[in-house]
Amino acid sequence: MEILRELKALFGPRLLTKEAELAPYESDALTAYRERPLAVVLPERKEEVVEAVRICRRHGVPFVARGSGTSLSGGSLPVRGGVVIALNRLNRILKLDPKARLAVVEPGVVNLEVSRRAAPFGLYYAPDPSSQPVSTIGGNVAFNSGGAHCLRYGMTANHVLGLEVVTPEGEVVRLGGEGLEGVGPDLHGFFVGTEGLLGIALEITLRLLPRPEAYHTLLAAYPSLEAAGEAVARVLRSGLLPGAIEIMDRLAIEAAEAAVRAGYPKAEALLIVELEGEREEVAEGARRLAEVIAESGAEEVRIARDEAERQAIWKGRKAAFSAVGRLSPDYIVQDGVVPRTRLAEALREIGRLSEAYGLRVANVFHAGDGNLHPLVLYDGKRPGELERAEALAGEILRLCLRLGGSITGEHGVGMEKRAYLAEMFSPLEIAAMEEVKAGLDPLGLANRGKVFPPKEEAHA
Amino acid sequence: MLRPKTPEEVQEAVLAHPRLRVRGGGSKPALSGPEEGEALLDLSELKGVVEYDPEELVLVARAGTRVAEVEALLKAHGQHLPFHPPLSAPGATLGGTVAAGLSGPLAQRFGGVRDFLLGVRFVDGQGRLLKGGGKVVKNAAGFPFHRLMVGALGAFGVLVELAFKVFPAPPATRTLRVAFPSLEEALSALERLLLAPLDLMALDLLPPNALEVRIGGFPEALGPRLEKLKRLLGRDGEVLEEDEAHWEGVRNLAFLEGPLLLKVPSRLDLIPLLEGLPLGRRRYLLGGNVLYAEGDGEALKALRARGLAHLVLKGAEDPLFPRPQNPFFQKVKAALDPLGRFPLR
Repeated sequence: MEILRELKALFGPRLLTKEAELAPYESDALTAYRERPLAVVLPERKEEVVEAVRICRRHGVPFVARGSGTSLSGGSLPVRGGVVIALNRLNRILKLDPKARLAVVEPGVVNLEVSRRAAPFGLYYAPDPSSQPVSTIGGNVAFNSGGAHCLRYGMTANHVLGLEVVTPEGEVVRLGGEGLEGVGPDLHGFFVGTEGLLGIALEITLRLLPRPEAYHTLLAAYPSLEAAGEAVARVLRSGLLPGAIEIMDRLAIEAAEAAVRAGYPKAEALLIVELEGEREEVAEGARRLAEVIAESGAEEVRIARDEAERQAIWKGRKAAFSAVGRLSPDYIVQDGVVPRTRLAEALREIGRLSEAYGLRVANVFHAGDGNLHPLVLYDGKRPGELERAEALAGEILRLCLRLGGSITGEHGVGMEKRAYLAEMFSPLEIAAMEEVKAGLDPLGLANRGKVFPPKEEAHA
Repeated sequence: MLRPKTPEEVQEAVLAHPRLRVRGGGSKPALSGPEEGEALLDLSELKGVVEYDPEELVLVARAGTRVAEVEALLKAHGQHLPFHPPLSAPGATLGGTVAAGLSGPLAQRFGGVRDFLLGVRFVDGQGRLLKGGGKVVKNAAGFPFHRLMVGALGAFGVLVELAFKVFPAPPATRTLRVAFPSLEEALSALERLLLAPLDLMALDLLPPNALEVRIGGFPEALGPRLEKLKRLLGRDGEVLEEDEAHWEGVRNLAFLEGPLLLKVPSRLDLIPLLEGLPLGRRRYLLGGNVLYAEGDGEALKALRARGLAHLVLKGAEDPLFPRPQNPFFQKVKAALDPLGRFPLR
């Protein structure tokens, strides 16, 4: 094929076309979906990314940009017959300017690496998706990744100051700049979260924050999930603004215990609240938090006395997702959002649905952000269970919408939630999104088939 | 003049006029004055808070709602808009603040208007009433049209409703004002503060040589925090205990009276250059990241000659420099406003 010849000329041995070479790229972290690409290219410089996009465009071949492949929505699933542009080798931090509190990075830089490099200057990069030891900034930008601190600090979009982007037509544009303030439309803010449909980020300018002087991390055990949810409402009513508020239910606690021996108390629900900021302020906040928690009906309260104990508390939480794999051969992770004040209601309803469907649901979630992560456990080898699990997961998304929330807080729509976009947005709204897409990508090449509800399954 | 009271009336107005200019409270006249051939769409009657549950930390209001009204409501519940919309007293509205992309001095602590806008409803150039984002703090569904609206001067549509994240207001505040022997020393102190693990509500540079730092939080902690600040700065300075009125004055840009009112994105290393320009009274907010200044035609010429981006809020015909021209902007604009009804056409 002509396109392969051109890509070969450009990439040489960094063009992968053999079956065994392509296999690792066939799916991302949502392994239920698999697709064989035509080829994978491994650019090492941004100019090669631009050239790859231009070659694809000349031949009308779709392409998908991919980082570490940690998408939980199938966002980096290859398009059949398309090219995967794997960006892991574009992993340089091009500039770290502590005075300006910013870093300019390539898209393949791993999230946690930014904070690691900023640490000697007392700075860090705030968005911390659970995948942060592996996921890349390029992917975080495409999906507007969140993490545990979004109430206080916002999502990836809030920490991107500027972008260099190659559009699907192969034009290179600069959006935003290097400062906190700009003039004119926030195009870089708009690009973040468009899931690779409007182009590929080549360089990303990130805002860095000073690392908080002190943390206060509290773990409280509750006799029910609802009691933990009610405690969250109490904390927020008190006027405190924690950096993170997390909840895990009994299933998730057991899984985390089994996986990393976090040393959590045995309980129906655990609440983690973390205050952060200047030492004196955190100490005063901790006093108030203790009063609030004392009145919340907690069965046991632990305070991290040092950084090691703090890390131990977080280790279990961050491991909970993958740990649930130990409880069940298969599971679906959901990512719905509800208004914080409806959390208890949402959890009650999820419990009811779980019973009605006869499937276990483990709950690990960012309570401060109203972002639920119900894990629907099933056994794919039992006939009909996958379909039941998918139906249950869908019910949960509809529940989130009914309560005034969103179908996705941080994983994006990808392949997985395409059908639900139309339940959150009107046909006119989806048409407007599609028109923007068509304007920038008339041939529909960039991450084709993602986000928008499938029309007729013409390609089937 | 058109003065819609409902989103549907906005839709009708948009479809009925080939060219429109939106005005909220008129506090930024350079942005809301109609050009030749433009119909004026006055949104001051499209107002009112639609949803506010203090416990939810989210507020939804119509675009023409005045910032001052929203802030009074929030204050009654111990909350505030942490991005501190400028020009509140002269009548700024929520929609106008977002369209102009403006944040006040307190944005130093948690971020600017782009960081607190959760969602919008707007009428695009085809008269469609559309939604972007939502009403929850975390949301990754669909194209984020709400973020596109920030600073866009109405180029993509007419905002009709906005949802913001709101925060508890700090129970107590203090302000430290410190003068240095020179601009260089003030800048080096500013740099030290930016890299220290401090939670500063505001960090302003007052040329030629002074800094103003505001902290907020529990009253018990403010004393020791203030001492820490002074030690870091190596100076005692002057402490304002009743500082609310002072910062109201700053965010209302009351200290600027010149014929032109300018917003100039800045950086620490740009400040010496900016200080050499023929600008009038001025103040750098957000740790030196943005300059608000008064000026005249000379000031404008000087900025443009050096290619320095800026937005004129009052006193000029052509408020935005440079005008967005890249193909990304043009194609998004063409999709949402194909007939060029709105500004930046």
